[in-house]
Amino acid sequence: MMVTVRFFASYREKLNTRQLQVPLPRPGCRVSDLLEQLVASGGELWADVLARDNTVVAVNQVVCDLQRVIGEGDEVAFYPPVTGG
Amino acid sequence: MRNPDLVVSIQEEDFSAADLESDLLRAGGPATGACVAFTGYVRGANTGDAVSAMELEHYPGMTEKSIAAIAGEAFGRWPLGAVRVIHRVGRLLPGERIVYVGVAAAHRREAFAACEFIMDYLKTRAPFWKKETTDRGERWVEARSSDTSAAERW
Repeated sequence: MMVTVRFFASYREKLNTRQLQVPLPRPGCRVSDLLEQLVASGGELWADVLARDNTVVAVNQVVCDLQRVIGEGDEVAFYPPVTGG
Repeated sequence: MRNPDLVVSIQEEDFSAADLESDLLRAGGPATGACVAFTGYVRGANTGDAVSAMELEHYPGMTEKSIAAIAGEAFGRWPLGAVRVIHRVGRLLPGERIVYVGVAAAHRREAFAACEFIMDYLKTRAPFWKKETTDRGERWVEARSSDTSAAERW
């Protein structure tokens, strides 16, 4: 079971990663589990960038919280607060 | 009731506010008595530093969807004839247009309100990010809490 993970703006730059395909930690897992897995394999930099109160999470291009359950083929994005307009 | 008439465009090219207003008036139909539009420009100075250029990044697909959802919310709150939202991306220079929100309605009150509502929500929800080039180098623009409070009042 794979998901696509995408990063934008300062997150994309700091992690030097635009997009990843990663296996889901386990069936029925939540965004928080995926985040934990990313931080565990990425190390301190990834924890610094992603584990912030104001990190925005979107699943399949809809903003949600870390409790959102994710599954096969989902697109999960992490990004900083938006600054358009 | 008429179907809401909405156009959302994310583009690198510049736009003409005059052309958009003609389009809004046509799309709004004969009941249109008010047209309110906002145009946002790149500032040549921000937080005390001269800005020589700006790069706008977005999340293709989600950007269009989130703006359509915001406009849909506005259509649910006010009787509107037509809405146009244009947002530029890529590299922009000071004085260049960034964003346009235009609303056609029967009366001014709902046109003013909906235009401001769409801008406030766009600023806090649509996935765009600005990076400025200043004398001190490049930097990502920080989100402002005043923008969040502006969106929260609706």
